[in-house]
Amino acid sequence: MTRTTAPLALLFAAAGAYAEPAQSALRPAGIQAERIHDLWQLTLAICALVFAAVLAALLAALWRAPRGDAATPADVSPLSRPEPRLRRNVLLAVGASVALLFVLIVADFQTDRLLNRMPLADAVNIEVTAHQWWWEARYDDPEPGRIFTTANELHIPVGRPVVLKLKSSDVIHTFWLPSLHGKKDMIPGRTALLRLRADQPGTYRGQCAEFCGFEHALMAFLVTAEPNDRYEAWADTQRREASNELSAQESRGRQVFMERSCVMCHTIQGIGANATFGPDLTHLAGRATLASGVLPNNREQLAAWITKPQQQKPGTNMPSTALSQEELDALLAYLGTLK
Amino acid sequence: MNTTTTRLTADMQQSAARLEQTWRDPPGILGWFSAINHKTIAVRFMLTTMGFFLAGGVLALIMRLQLARPENHLVGPDFYNQLFTMHGTTMMFLFAVPVMQAVGSYLVPLMLGARSLAFPRMNAFAYWIFLFGGLMLYVGFLLDIGPDAGWFAYVPLAGPDYSPGKRVDFWAQMITFTELSALLEAIILITTIFKMRAPGMTLNRMPLYVWTMLVTSFMVLFAMPSVMLASTALITDRLVGTHFYNPAEGGDALLWQHLFWFFGHPEVYLIFIPPLGFMSSIIATFSRRPIYGYAAMVLAVIATAFLAFGLWVHHMYATNVPELGKSFFTASSAMIAIPTAIQIFCWIATLWTGKLSFRTPLLFALGFFFILTLGGLTGVMLASVGLDLQVHDTFFVVAHLHYVLIGGAVFPLFGAFYYWFPKFTGRLMSETLGRWNFWLFFIGFNVAFFPMHLLGLAGMPRRVWTYPASMGWGDMNLTATVGAAIIAVSVLLFIINALKSRRHGAPAGPNPWGAGTLEWGTDSPPPAGNFVAPPVCGGRYPLWEPDGVPARVTGLDDDRRAILTTTLMDARPDLRPTMPSPSIWPFLSAIAVTVLFIGSIFTPWAVVWGAVPVAIGTTLWFWPNRKSTERQVAREVRP
Repeated sequence: MTRTTAPLALLFAAAGAYAEPAQSALRPAGIQAERIHDLWQLTLAICALVFAAVLAALLAALWRAPRGDAATPADVSPLSRPEPRLRRNVLLAVGASVALLFVLIVADFQTDRLLNRMPLADAVNIEVTAHQWWWEARYDDPEPGRIFTTANELHIPVGRPVVLKLKSSDVIHTFWLPSLHGKKDMIPGRTALLRLRADQPGTYRGQCAEFCGFEHALMAFLVTAEPNDRYEAWADTQRREASNELSAQESRGRQVFMERSCVMCHTIQGIGANATFGPDLTHLAGRATLASGVLPNNREQLAAWITKPQQQKPGTNMPSTALSQEELDALLAYLGTLK
Repeated sequence: MNTTTTRLTADMQQSAARLEQTWRDPPGILGWFSAINHKTIAVRFMLTTMGFFLAGGVLALIMRLQLARPENHLVGPDFYNQLFTMHGTTMMFLFAVPVMQAVGSYLVPLMLGARSLAFPRMNAFAYWIFLFGGLMLYVGFLLDIGPDAGWFAYVPLAGPDYSPGKRVDFWAQMITFTELSALLEAIILITTIFKMRAPGMTLNRMPLYVWTMLVTSFMVLFAMPSVMLASTALITDRLVGTHFYNPAEGGDALLWQHLFWFFGHPEVYLIFIPPLGFMSSIIATFSRRPIYGYAAMVLAVIATAFLAFGLWVHHMYATNVPELGKSFFTASSAMIAIPTAIQIFCWIATLWTGKLSFRTPLLFALGFFFILTLGGLTGVMLASVGLDLQVHDTFFVVAHLHYVLIGGAVFPLFGAFYYWFPKFTGRLMSETLGRWNFWLFFIGFNVAFFPMHLLGLAGMPRRVWTYPASMGWGDMNLTATVGAAIIAVSVLLFIINALKSRRHGAPAGPNPWGAGTLEWGTDSPPPAGNFVAPPVCGGRYPLWEPDGVPARVTGLDDDRRAILTTTLMDARPDLRPTMPSPSIWPFLSAIAVTVLFIGSIFTPWAVVWGAVPVAIGTTLWFWPNRKSTERQVAREVRP
């Protein structure tokens, strides 16, 4: 950090009482976000300088100019005689502005080039499809049997490039994970690529940035960056089907799932539930949150989410499901096995 | 036709009385709806836009209350989405653009030494159309069918599949109303400026404010058709099943964004350029000297207008535009800072060498320097692709656009109200209240909007009805809400000041500020025909010239609405046409058009059957009057 920007950066840091998990453009944790952050520091320094100079010139003018009022005769002589000193100073100021703008434009072009040249060897390919109001992630693989699908929570390996293929199934959404990169729109009928890399392990929060209707505000996601071996272990877990070794209550829960409205929208691999309108639940119990980052994933919240989703996230497409206490307990027990 | 030196004589006093009789609006209720005097219409227009400004402000306050703390449930997502849609729509379409045209339609003829605007009946029609369009939108909002897809109405969210019902149709039809009104106003202003300047007011002597209105009006002509096309295609997609924006049927969701921003970015400059003219008027008067660098100022405004059409894609960097395209738009977006910088430097040079008088209008103009410069610099940041990808669609942009639009337009506009209020009403506004108004606005504004820069960088997206407490955004949002409340108090003081001063303010006289342009060369408020004898213009600041107004136009009939037109470049006397008289038909035609527009929200047949009354209205509008035709023939001068 340069000396000129340090106090400003401090101000920005003080103002942003940082939350966990991180969702801030000022705390980059990957190469792409870092490059943008570098550009930000340069731009902020230059703009602060210009602002200070303009303000100083204005204050000096106000300070030194004599006072007048409505009765003071107006001086129209400048209309007929040149004012060489003013002319020189205005030209100098304009020249300086042009030069500084030029610096900024070149720095911006340079940043764009760097962003586009991130090495892509050994990349993880993930297809992210946005829905009103959740995220579907399909981890691609040359071997079709190794492809798997999850929702709202991505894991990525630290230090390996990640190529996100962004799509939308309904309206325009925007994928934004500020700690790792800038945003990219997800436009129906089009595909966009976003290339990023996490360089520090951690959990990063992202959020839809394009207004997408009712619950635009509550459409978040989490990205966990972890060492490659842990990532591979996680991916292997995701590729497994749901376990069939169930207790009596859990079996009853599976029966509830298959007989009530759940099965109309959700997939659970290995039990014949294959609907794709809602998130894939094969490994629901392994996620930290529910309803795309809105609720912590625990028993009480899950029960509330199943029975009264409109109270947790007004407008969600998840319908309320009326269950007896016995059915609900069984269902929760079964969903708890989906690790 | 001749122009000779005259003085106010008893003869002229009689003539003044006859002129008043000729140019004033007819009395009575019917007369009220038939009014076409440009000042009458302009005052109604300004009051209407100020009404919408207050309504939009109240919506903003509700939003700020909702966001004051995390996980707040004051309003829900449905109402919140309507709130920000209505706020944006109101401020952009029902306040910022029309208020500039409204002020222009009052001031431009006076500054030009003209008796009227060109096409006064069309001017009245444009006002009624604007009023009805705005009212339609608010009636919809009060009936809980307010639009909720954002003021930008991106498809497919605003399309038939994801916004069923009539909410978005009201929005799209409001566009038709307001853009029709804006286009008519632009034609009226361009014609007035080109053909109705005082003899001697060459283009090179035209006040800088009039230049800004001329440039703005041309921009309207090029920008508005784009959004009318876009919104009409949206209406037909929604109403009759066309597929302009449906990717599944060969349409394109991105087409909307290109059309919308091809209008939307120039629109920012439609809002921003007229206030540059306010600035030039105010700074010259309160520095007691001409603005430094007239030619540079004019060329800078024209350059801004051209560049404004070449940078719409910087609203769309995140949409996967090709890299080379992005670089082009980065360069053009950054470049538009240069003409604005030139103007700022010229104003500082003017202040540097002036004799300053710190009255309220100048305070607001000085507020512009602080706020607009900051907003302009964040604009330079947003021009950069990399930075934009991070802060686009976050509160950083909310901060930026309010710094630009409030600092660049609303501060000068308030200054302009304080400056020209004596001309409108004949009385000065209170200086004490004016200072309170300014300082509360200035402080409140920065308290409200500066933290939003930080919120955006800290990851808070725009258009969210709530946010989790764990994000740590609560304190800055609360600060912003406090700032919004301070602004509300400040605007309340302004209203009190205006209402009080209108009745009890100090009498102003024709020229309370000792200003130099022609609008100060007539009574305050001006007579119905603006000038007893229209002036001849002898310089850029005619009233400051050593010999003042060198001559007055004589030989125009005072018992009919005779005016003098002049040539486009050099303002030499040209023709002596007669302006139309008051008529009820602009009002009735506007009602007919309104019925057609609103009907077509519900059925395409409204376009067919609604056209009949429109045709009747607009035909009777031009129906000649036997008496005036006979008089016209009798007084015809044969060459």
